[in-house]
Amino acid sequence: MSDISTKPPSRMRSIWDSDLAYSFRRSPVALVSALVVLVLVLCAVFAAFLAPHDPFNPATLNLMNGFTPPNTNNAFTGDYFVLGTDDQGRDVLSTILYGMRISLFVGFAAVLLAMILGVFLGLLAGYAGGWTDTVIMRVADVQLTFPAILVAMLIFGIAKGITPPEYRDQMAIWVLVLAIGLSDWVQFARVVRGATLVEKNKEYVQAAKLIGRSPLAIMIKHILPNVLNPVLVIATISLALAIIAEATLSFLGVGAPPTKPSLGTLIRIGQEFMFSGEWWILFFPAATLLALALSINLLGDWLRDALNPRLR
Amino acid sequence: MKKTILLTAALLASTALSASAETLRWARAGDSLTLDPHAQNEGPTHTLAHQIYEPLIIRDMTGAFQAALATDWAPKEGDPNVWVFNLRQGVTYHDGADFTAEDVVFSINRAKTEDSDMKELLTSIVDVVAVDDYTVEIVTDGPNPILPSNLTNLFMMDKTWAEANNTVEVQDVEGGEMTFATTNTNGTGPYKLVSREPDVRTVLAANDAYWGVGEFPLEVSEIIYTPIQNAATRVAALLSGEVDFIQDVPVQDLGRVANTDGLVVKTAPQNRVIFFGLNMGSADIVNDDVEGANPLADVRVRQAMSMAINRDAIKQVVMRGQSQPAGMIAPPFVNGWTAEMDGSTQTDIDAAKALMADAGYADGFSIQLDCPNDRYINDEAICQATVGMLAQIGITVNLDAKPKAQHFPLITNDQTDFYMLGWGVPTYDSEYIFNFLVHTRGEERGSWNGTGYSNADVDAMIQSLASETDLDVRNATIQSIWDEVQAETMYIPIHHQVLNWGMTDAVGIDVSPEDDPKFKFFSMN
Repeated sequence: MSDISTKPPSRMRSIWDSDLAYSFRRSPVALVSALVVLVLVLCAVFAAFLAPHDPFNPATLNLMNGFTPPNTNNAFTGDYFVLGTDDQGRDVLSTILYGMRISLFVGFAAVLLAMILGVFLGLLAGYAGGWTDTVIMRVADVQLTFPAILVAMLIFGIAKGITPPEYRDQMAIWVLVLAIGLSDWVQFARVVRGATLVEKNKEYVQAAKLIGRSPLAIMIKHILPNVLNPVLVIATISLALAIIAEATLSFLGVGAPPTKPSLGTLIRIGQEFMFSGEWWILFFPAATLLALALSINLLGDWLRDALNPRLR
Repeated sequence: MKKTILLTAALLASTALSASAETLRWARAGDSLTLDPHAQNEGPTHTLAHQIYEPLIIRDMTGAFQAALATDWAPKEGDPNVWVFNLRQGVTYHDGADFTAEDVVFSINRAKTEDSDMKELLTSIVDVVAVDDYTVEIVTDGPNPILPSNLTNLFMMDKTWAEANNTVEVQDVEGGEMTFATTNTNGTGPYKLVSREPDVRTVLAANDAYWGVGEFPLEVSEIIYTPIQNAATRVAALLSGEVDFIQDVPVQDLGRVANTDGLVVKTAPQNRVIFFGLNMGSADIVNDDVEGANPLADVRVRQAMSMAINRDAIKQVVMRGQSQPAGMIAPPFVNGWTAEMDGSTQTDIDAAKALMADAGYADGFSIQLDCPNDRYINDEAICQATVGMLAQIGITVNLDAKPKAQHFPLITNDQTDFYMLGWGVPTYDSEYIFNFLVHTRGEERGSWNGTGYSNADVDAMIQSLASETDLDVRNATIQSIWDEVQAETMYIPIHHQVLNWGMTDAVGIDVSPEDDPKFKFFSMN
């Protein structure tokens, strides 16, 4: 009995013993999804070391390598490619690794932007109430009536119009982040506002008010930690959606430029050759996108169930 | 029993329907840019216009002259500066008005105004005179033996209709203007416009009052024209039977279409060359990273760029054999073309690097390449391949590919420094190329010369071509102009296109080298 009281459990130990970790260990779906996401993220981060070629450097491309099938040597140059090459002679494997980096970066950055914006506006609307609430939430309602992809295309179009042409390629990725982030904040704002409305009448908030803390401090230090659970769930699911949104925009030709392709751009290039037998150009990037988006989505699903007290 | 009668009735009804109405569903990558017949000198724009409007003379599907609104034409006896055109009688416009000589006078004068894109074809014309209702005399500033070949895309409009609808002025496409004639038509042609949504769908119906009824097959009674930019979608539409005729089968899908039951691919070399234009005239250019100088002004840089491009690789991989590498910007159909000039380009990366170093750009520079993505066969893929090839000599190329409706105004408005363009030559003569692409940009000529190239001697030689009657002298002048263009590497030629038309086996037509199907010649089985 004595050993229980003498030593508090270590931090790692407490995480390992938590409800969340227990539920994670018990869910095969969550385990597999997390593994897939981890592997893909690591591949993307270390693309420069893993990729056999540098597809973003046009000087290294040899057009004669174009359309090499997977696992073969090119008939003219004799170069070998595991997953084949696309129409420009780019190694499909390398391009997927580099392209995934863009997709993941845009996904994470866009969700971060949407989260910061949405959480802040949601807190403000819920806590301040009155006309602040009305204005913010009506703007959110209006934006919700447009499909997110349409809003993103609008933002992308405006941004492309005002950036000078020589910076467009470099700017394209930031514009994507901005476009997807700004089209996605409403989800966060709505949920946070709802939770804030519930929390702000609880005793601990009343107490904080009584001791004279500023509204900003109350919002961030007291209410925010208590509304974070749903935000985490939405963030995970939004990440999958943001990656798909990026792929959609790039597929439509308004996202990542063809010389620096993301997964969506690769799929767009590949679908041109869908009927002509060069299946690998489309298949491998599409399969990667599917694996990535599906795993993140499944993780999000699991997180939602695990954090939902009613399902315990 | 009842069932049998119903079935027979249904069968009868369906055969009756198919006999009376032959709809041709037609698709290609891009749409016509405007319905104003004089506002754009561009292939797909003319192709649509040819169904609705008519010129005095047309080229038939083999490229030979054929009488259209003129029945015959000849130089005037005793005055070599005048051509006499006898007009077809009893021709009416779609609104019922009669076609007369004053419409010819009006149309030619309209096409000579500054906003017209057809004016370069008409520079030699000083006057057009209506002798009587059905005779027109065209006066040129000297004898012009090739005048008729300049008129095969010059459409005739009704003067009264144009005046009534305030479209006497040609639409200013580059300025973004829209006029009544942009969206409405009144021609004499075999088909009438039923409805049009630009870039979506255009419907034409047979003109029952057409003068050529009985003379031409005219078996297509309705045309539904759908531009489909995406190559895979376009070929899927043909494979699934959604369309009957596509003008540009993607090169990667030729085998697949040809091997499909009920579909045929017909192939022929096209009268069109694809090339890059370079802004060599400006002191400094906007879309590059060299301050205070224009690298493209140095002929060594232009030669190096041309040398860096591996045209054989583009033919082999991007075009899958469906192109002919080019060394000059004239197709082999054209008077003035020589095999020697056309074979003059070769890939030599080391020599190109040496030239770049000589010019002081050993470390290269960066520049933007403007490229269409719905006009030429694999246009964007060619530009992308060029990005890689120019990177080998240190030139960083930012590729901006966009639809032709946004791309072409960049060239005519001097807003691009490095661009892709394709040029077909409906007159089959070099003068047409020189007038549009080589002459100094001015009021009468040079509207598609986006290079800023200007040489008074060359301009004088070009102007002399229109009235030079001694063919040997004329051809010698053409050769001198070509020598100058080639020496300057004014343009970087890529290749001559090969046409691949895909159609169901019900459609009976052969490929025309101009890529301009005229549906009145089509038969439908």
